[in-house]
Amino acid sequence: MAAQGARSETILVVGGGIAGITTAVEAAEAGAEVVLVERGPSLGGRVAQLSRYFPKLCHPTCGLEINYQRIRGNRRLRVITMATVAAVTGDRGAYTARIETRPRHVTARCTGCGDCARASQTRVPNPYNYDLDTVPAAHLAHPMAYPMRYVIADSVIGTPEADRIEAACRYGAVDLGEEPGAFDMVVGAVVWATGWRPYDAAKLQPYGYERHANVITNVEMERLAATTGPTLGQILRPSDAKPAKRVAMIQCAGSRDHNHLPYCSRICCLASLKHAAYLREAYADAEVDIYYIDIRAHDKLESFHARIKADPRVRFIKSKPASISENEAGDPVLHGEDTLTRDLYETAYDMVVLAIGMAPTAGDAMPEAALETDEYGFIVAAETLGGGMFSAGVAAGPLDVSLSVQSATAAALKAIQAVRGG
Amino acid sequence: MAEAAKTAVYLCAGCGIGEAVSIEALEAVATGESKASSCRRHDHLCDDAGVATIQADIDSGAAERIVIAACSERVNADRFRFDGTPPIRCDLRERVAWSQPPGAEDTQMLAADYVRMALAEAEKSAPPSGQADPGTSKTILVVGGGVSGLTAALESARAGYQVMLVERASDLGGHGAKWSKRMPHRPPYRLPQDNDIGALIAAVTAEPRITVHTRSRVVSTAGGPGRFLVTLDSGGTTIEETLGAIVVATGWRPYDATKLGHLGYGASPDVVTGVELETMLGAGELACKSDGRRPAAVAFIQCAGSRDPDHLPYCSSICCGVSIKQALMIRERVPDSSVYIIHDELRTPGTAEAFYRAAQAAGVIFMKGKVSAVGADLTVTVEDVLLGETVAMAGLDLVVLATGMMPNATAPEAEAIAPQPAPDIDPLAPILAAGATVPEPGSEDASEDDSGPEIGSILNLQYRQGPHLPILADGFADSHFLCFPYETRRSGIYTCGPVRRPMDMAESATDATGAALKAIQAIEAAAAGTALHPRGGDLSFPRINLDPCTKCRRCTVECPFGAIDESDDDYPVVEVARCRRCGTCMGACPVRTISFENYSVEMVSAMIKAVEVPDEFAEKPRVLVLACRNDAIPALDMAGISGTRYSPFARVVPVRCLGSVSALWISDALSTGYDGVILMGCKAGDDYQCHFVKGSAITQERMGKIAETLKSMMLEEERVVTHEVAIADARRAPELIDSFLDTIAEIGPNPFKGF
Repeated sequence: MAAQGARSETILVVGGGIAGITTAVEAAEAGAEVVLVERGPSLGGRVAQLSRYFPKLCHPTCGLEINYQRIRGNRRLRVITMATVAAVTGDRGAYTARIETRPRHVTARCTGCGDCARASQTRVPNPYNYDLDTVPAAHLAHPMAYPMRYVIADSVIGTPEADRIEAACRYGAVDLGEEPGAFDMVVGAVVWATGWRPYDAAKLQPYGYERHANVITNVEMERLAATTGPTLGQILRPSDAKPAKRVAMIQCAGSRDHNHLPYCSRICCLASLKHAAYLREAYADAEVDIYYIDIRAHDKLESFHARIKADPRVRFIKSKPASISENEAGDPVLHGEDTLTRDLYETAYDMVVLAIGMAPTAGDAMPEAALETDEYGFIVAAETLGGGMFSAGVAAGPLDVSLSVQSATAAALKAIQAVRGG
Repeated sequence: MAEAAKTAVYLCAGCGIGEAVSIEALEAVATGESKASSCRRHDHLCDDAGVATIQADIDSGAAERIVIAACSERVNADRFRFDGTPPIRCDLRERVAWSQPPGAEDTQMLAADYVRMALAEAEKSAPPSGQADPGTSKTILVVGGGVSGLTAALESARAGYQVMLVERASDLGGHGAKWSKRMPHRPPYRLPQDNDIGALIAAVTAEPRITVHTRSRVVSTAGGPGRFLVTLDSGGTTIEETLGAIVVATGWRPYDATKLGHLGYGASPDVVTGVELETMLGAGELACKSDGRRPAAVAFIQCAGSRDPDHLPYCSSICCGVSIKQALMIRERVPDSSVYIIHDELRTPGTAEAFYRAAQAAGVIFMKGKVSAVGADLTVTVEDVLLGETVAMAGLDLVVLATGMMPNATAPEAEAIAPQPAPDIDPLAPILAAGATVPEPGSEDASEDDSGPEIGSILNLQYRQGPHLPILADGFADSHFLCFPYETRRSGIYTCGPVRRPMDMAESATDATGAALKAIQAIEAAAAGTALHPRGGDLSFPRINLDPCTKCRRCTVECPFGAIDESDDDYPVVEVARCRRCGTCMGACPVRTISFENYSVEMVSAMIKAVEVPDEFAEKPRVLVLACRNDAIPALDMAGISGTRYSPFARVVPVRCLGSVSALWISDALSTGYDGVILMGCKAGDDYQCHFVKGSAITQERMGKIAETLKSMMLEEERVVTHEVAIADARRAPELIDSFLDTIAEIGPNPFKGF
């Protein structure tokens, strides 16, 4: 344990997604000392898994690259990957955070040369692609991974393959004996930027996500569209790798639903509009049907809605489909009633995309005593436990990227105030 | 200059470099022909021992400049960080060993050229010495005393900064002070909350670091971060102040309801706007204006003037929530009332969904439909789009138009008398679909003076590029970057609140806190003499040698950030703290007037000329690739990381921004015998991704002139091409290089080869 009464002006940021990165970089560029802790092997979080952003259809890796440059150029900012925060005690200006680390089995001596991956034979599920494909047991989280350092899957540790991987590394960077660790750190403020996870689509029973190969989620759609995804950017349906040209999007799949996520996840309408753009860009004869309750394209993003609506090959159907079945061709078939016309429909598509919502992960990633959460699990903007803890990004509510960045920039200032005793 | 600096080259043989090329041969290139003072090889340069070797050479004075010939500049920047001796990075890994066949002659020639280029860079550049005279004011000017401005002021003060808060009205609070209740932003998100703006005003008033100037406006703003010279008109008194950074929180105004005659506004006193209803709700007893009776039937008409191409095309975001709040308040005051909310898309994002459900539970009736007319007798005509029929609702006592928000990016009174500044993007540009014709990019004249009208400016910037903050579509203040929403085109000036986009009080408070942080950063960067985003920490800045300057004004016009003014005798004057170090001015200059200590026309020319160009019979063409550091270079890196092979005949020079590319480099390359030039930059146009806003667009403009130059040199136009390359183009970027070499093969070698 750290000495009683030790004070620190360091800001601890928990979570290395866009909100955590932004909080860390903005605080460091304003002169603060910052430690950024990320659970996974690379920074970037959920946005690194998006192909493009709405409404500009630009690549998230572009902004991430700028942020990585800012991190690289800033001595006041330290990044710790493969780490979580297990406990926080103390008060503003003098918290003790218990950091727990998981083994990466690759040390800082790693040059990123990839010899270890070439020595791997076992393939493991690839979480970067939402397990739609596999990667070698020794792998880089993705081509834009930051830090550019390989990671070895726990599943091969203790096998002869691990020894081969170790032998393949010319730089002595493989540490097969690395154990989970823990250490304490005294910090002045903590910002929880713990983000979200996609809502579990399997819980939407009538849609048969687990039964129908060609029913996918919106986050999987991002990977299909991404050049770094399992199909190298071609939008092919999973069952037979046929181009997905007739596609339905089901909005509020889990959101605005008492049995699932009672709130609106804010981003799903815009994400589906973006997916329509992906499909229209990919296939001249693509047809997209969007099943919706309300299209929520907030503020200036209405123009994105208007742009997509102007395309006659994208249709909007006000309806929440009741169920999905599958025909002999393996096409998912949507069943339901059009809310406006009261017509019943039974329509087959090449592929159906469930616009699933954002579920907060603060409950898992944040020690219970840290900050209050609301009935949904989002952090409530309240200053508890000494007044030096804050939230940033989706940890506090469903936000898009720009809103997360605003929230994170604000959190950076609150944290600076806390450590400087303002 | 005195004796040439001792340049040490460190060649790493790790990561496959040693297998791909002969390190000994590269050593000979470095110390032989290229005159490096020393050259060391290492098998794992980024390891502690390698880094220590370099540090020891620096400490002993053996290395005054260092060239690290190893991996891409994108990796190991933290390892190769030496105080006072920034390294020149020479990429032999991603761009050579990982993308070329090992042991090939062409691979060796490529590596040798990159070493030569790095040594030329080292020779023609110096570590930036920084500014002699940085700005020193640490006071923040906040313009606007509503929720956003009050919050920005208070949060800045709480971080220890002095604040000058300027408000036009005689009281603080802005629109927010008029609301009886506010929308819920705290659990359980179901009931209107008390409006706590009084406490915010009291906190600002009591804060000793904040000076409040009411009945005041900014008459003029000159200078830059750290030393903005601001003149106020404060109730007739002139106040001059030097300030460090500026937060613009001028908020919004309601859309002019008199333009909504079709919705009955003006025809009956009982057709009111949401803002007017707030006053009525605040007055206690709710009564119709016409005859004072209690309204028993009330209809809210959503999107009154919003999401309407004839009025405001955007969604004003807050109106659904506001109407729900007001509907709940009416239901509470008049429990037997019927309250309808007629909407197209009901928008209660996030946890506001609970508020919507609470209103449903409280008996508020929600109806989907578009209202086409409201009569003087309050009959509301709702269009059924599907059936093509209309439904009339009669018997209403009160009709509330949920009018939208208009940004105060210019002073509201100027709206009627002056045209607004021109937006720089079209938000409704069609989405690109497969098979559709691609619109010609860069058709608008990027060099056009877009300073806008002279009046109505909030800050009255005394900048060459005009008095206004640039705006995007629909009058909202600048930032077109999703990842960097605070990055305006006027350095050290940050906007927040509804002047940026429609938002409610809670969002405005968050936004204002973020803007305050950015203002603090600008102040601290100005004091340290370093650049702002995206080149934070950069000490270099453009220096202008006035001797060759022809006063052509291209640099002052083309600077994306309005950082260059003109002196009384028409010479360019750089306000360094406003400069973002993109080098667009350098690319604009037809002569070699503008340079950075570590980035200049001369430096890149030397790098281009350092390449050994084989003669026309060697069948080894050479192509120069000028690639944007932010997106094209990482894309080429990714190509290397994934082992993509591409032509060994390309020589890549990273540039700060395509806007910094000088036409002289292209003529240098062609007269040196390169067979062609590829420019790779970020996307221009309505969805621009250029990190320096206009660099890419301006280059596309300039390319027209390059074509003329080629013609005059009797060279084919195809020898110089520009491509938009995104960071995700790891496969496409090498393909572009390869297919360009195919083109070169078709048109044949550059006839200037060997001259």
